[in-house]
Amino acid sequence: MTGFTPPLWAEIAIAALVLLGAAIAMVGSLGLLRLPTYFERVHAPSIIATMGCWCIVHASILYFSLLGRHLAIHPLLIALFVAITVPVTTIFLMRAALFRARRAGLDVPRGVSRTAAPDAPENS
Amino acid sequence: MTVLPWALPLALCMLALAMVFALARLLRGPTAQDRVLALDCMYLDGMLLMLVLGIRYGSGHYFEAALLVALFGFVGSTAMAKFLLRGEVIE
Repeated sequence: MTGFTPPLWAEIAIAALVLLGAAIAMVGSLGLLRLPTYFERVHAPSIIATMGCWCIVHASILYFSLLGRHLAIHPLLIALFVAITVPVTTIFLMRAALFRARRAGLDVPRGVSRTAAPDAPENS
Repeated sequence: MTVLPWALPLALCMLALAMVFALARLLRGPTAQDRVLALDCMYLDGMLLMLVLGIRYGSGHYFEAALLVALFGFVGSTAMAKFLLRGEVIE
């Protein structure tokens, strides 16, 4: 630990934000482990990328702003980058999983992708 | 300095436990997309771990490491998902 000591209100706020973010990351990873099917599991890590990431990034902003005595918003770069890239990865993984499930002949919802049969009902 | 010395190691332990959960899914996952999703989740957990370590040691260098972990996590997961979708990465 460095010699720097933030004021008490900032310590409490940083500790609360970091613990909340870590707890959310733990819950998201536990959901990844516990949920039964892939199409349910794919939802679990997105809570880490939104709520957990934003909580820890805001704790980091608060700490480094008080440490450097000026507004340090560079950790926000990570949150913005994650907010842009994680949906792209999730969409690719979902499409890959749908493609592989259809090719294996499993029962998946139709009408999600353009590769579905043209006569498939939209909301089935 | 009363709250942070026990709150930050506790948060580090929780993030390490989250990485263990994701690692269990990575080793157990029945299909390939499960393993890719678990690896992506581990990248996210590791990035948050780097940010908490930066607060713990009061150093700005961990921020750059976290940014690099996020970058390589995105590139790796997208490449593997594209491989699962098409059988090749760049077409």
